[in-house]
Amino acid sequence: MLRLEKRPDPSKTWGYLAPVLAVIATMIGGGVMFALLGKDPFEAIRTIFYDPLFSEFAWYYRPQLLIKGAPLILIAIGLSMGFRAGIWNIGAEGQYIIGAICGAGAALAVYPLESALVFPVMILCGAIGGFAWSMIPAILKIKFGTNEILVSLMLVYVAEQLLASMSLGLMKNPEGFGFPGSRNLQQYASAHNAELWTGTGIHLGVVFALIAVIFSYIMLARHQMGFHIRLTGESPKAAKFAGVNPNKVVIYCLGFSGALAGLAGMFEVAGPSGQISIDFNVGYGFTAIIVAFLGRLDPFGILLAGLLMALTYIGGEIAQSSLGLPSAAIQAFQGMLLFFLLALDMLTNFKIKRTNTEVRI
Amino acid sequence: MDLSAISPTLLVASLMVAATPILLAAIGELVVEKSGVLNLGVEGMMITGAISGFAAAVLTGSPMIGFLCAALGGAALSVIFAIITQYFLSNQVATGLALTLFGLGLSAMLGQSYVGIKPPASVKLDLPLVSDIPVIGPILFSHDFTVYAALTLVTGVWWFLKYTRGGLILRAVGESHDAAHALGYKVVRVRILAIMFGGACAGLGGAALSLVRVPQWTEGMTAGAGWIALAIVVFASWKPARVLLGAYLFGGVAVLQLNLQAAGVSIPVEYLSMSPYLITIVVLVVMSANRSKSALNAPAALGRVFHASR
Repeated sequence: MLRLEKRPDPSKTWGYLAPVLAVIATMIGGGVMFALLGKDPFEAIRTIFYDPLFSEFAWYYRPQLLIKGAPLILIAIGLSMGFRAGIWNIGAEGQYIIGAICGAGAALAVYPLESALVFPVMILCGAIGGFAWSMIPAILKIKFGTNEILVSLMLVYVAEQLLASMSLGLMKNPEGFGFPGSRNLQQYASAHNAELWTGTGIHLGVVFALIAVIFSYIMLARHQMGFHIRLTGESPKAAKFAGVNPNKVVIYCLGFSGALAGLAGMFEVAGPSGQISIDFNVGYGFTAIIVAFLGRLDPFGILLAGLLMALTYIGGEIAQSSLGLPSAAIQAFQGMLLFFLLALDMLTNFKIKRTNTEVRI
Repeated sequence: MDLSAISPTLLVASLMVAATPILLAAIGELVVEKSGVLNLGVEGMMITGAISGFAAAVLTGSPMIGFLCAALGGAALSVIFAIITQYFLSNQVATGLALTLFGLGLSAMLGQSYVGIKPPASVKLDLPLVSDIPVIGPILFSHDFTVYAALTLVTGVWWFLKYTRGGLILRAVGESHDAAHALGYKVVRVRILAIMFGGACAGLGGAALSLVRVPQWTEGMTAGAGWIALAIVVFASWKPARVLLGAYLFGGVAVLQLNLQAAGVSIPVEYLSMSPYLITIVVLVVMSANRSKSALNAPAALGRVFHASR
């Protein structure tokens, strides 16, 4: 019989190995799933993981990697702080939407004013919007002890309705011939989150994502707040004795992730997406949860995980057009990845031992 | 705007139908949580049940087989959760989220060819004379059978938890898995069975949505119903009878806002559609505000990982 024995300290080796093995296991599991759908599994996996990087059209896909990766990384960095402290913000999708609405709203309010100040103000509004939206679950948790998981999630649906209302009403393009959706910010020079270098896919959001990675690394490794967050997650009792203010940690974790998600939404609406529309959000806020775990809640791990997840998005789109793979398949594929990761994570914390070698069957 | 068009009798009758999917999912989750497991994957299991039930009903032409397959589909998905949390000892919050994400993707994938199809009509109670009694007839005697099935299930769960040995063991496992283990109860086995029951109930709830309430298949059609079911369990402070109250309350809000939309109230449609979610938040706040009362009822081992060291 096999028996699990808790390791005194989590294994470092398995910490690195588990995500890699999870990706491999997902490729196998996903291959089986694609085969069941009647597609060639090897071709599907190659299309998803290889083609975006090395096929003949890779010059088009590689910049996409950064465009899709940036919001995922931004949001996941924020979420990872809370997850470390045991504070579960799963409403990043809502904060992302509100950030986009606030950012675009600031631009649309001053349209057609051309000024260098417009974009900084939009950035500020996007971050504040996301922050404010995340303060709802934060304050309710502090004041009344309300479960932040359920509240933040409910607010996603509220934000989606608000988005619909905005794109059909208040923010609708007056020159849009009655179509839903706001003015296209890509055509508004001061508000356009353009590529910094053409053809690279690097827009200001990518830069912000990198800054967020470095910032959160320093925060966790060097700053007292980072220490408090880790302590709260690992032992709430010890944190209490050490004088950590749990309310402060809640505000910080939710606020930080909300602001980053808001920023991600704002950069998306001002750049790659261009306008507020009913289907503006595509689930980055939920996928970022997978990114955060796949990156082991570690800033640099999240950077890699975000790029990998962006790869599956792009590869999924290619497979959709070239192989006719349903778009939802990639969502199931990403969910599967999280399953494998969580299962393999056991090996980081436990050793597998044989209980009794003599009566082995 | 014409509010007089809203008939109270029809309102009550339709709120019972509207509440049934949430009621089924919530009563299943209540049993899961009573065993000390927090499964946040209700939304994923519900939507998987919705499509597997829908597909089976369309393929066989029998809504009954549809409901059976929905329960099986939900339970099958919950087995993934059960294995990963009980054998691989993973974090239940994260695994539940993964289950929801996976279920949403899987259901959308399975449901591609079922968009826009009408399912076979479900069985409706229609007693001569009795169903025609004004007010009482439409409210009590002319519903789809799922409404009665859900009510029976709630009663059954209440009775099981309160009066049977099995219910006692289940609650013991949920209160203190170490003590239950020391007494010789199979903690993992009890929990896996509870999780599967929860999955089957969520699947049935999904089918009640796709076969009775809507009845149609659209991607992501549960639209947060699974999460509302989770909130109802908290609202009910883990008591079956209050789950019924909670579900009917939310059903009432959902139906009322639809009626207000139809009556042409001057509030924009989007803001009315927000109301069920906003009310969920308000209710959660009210429930958690008097913490001393409700928290006492929460299973003590809820969400904690059980690892038998011996």
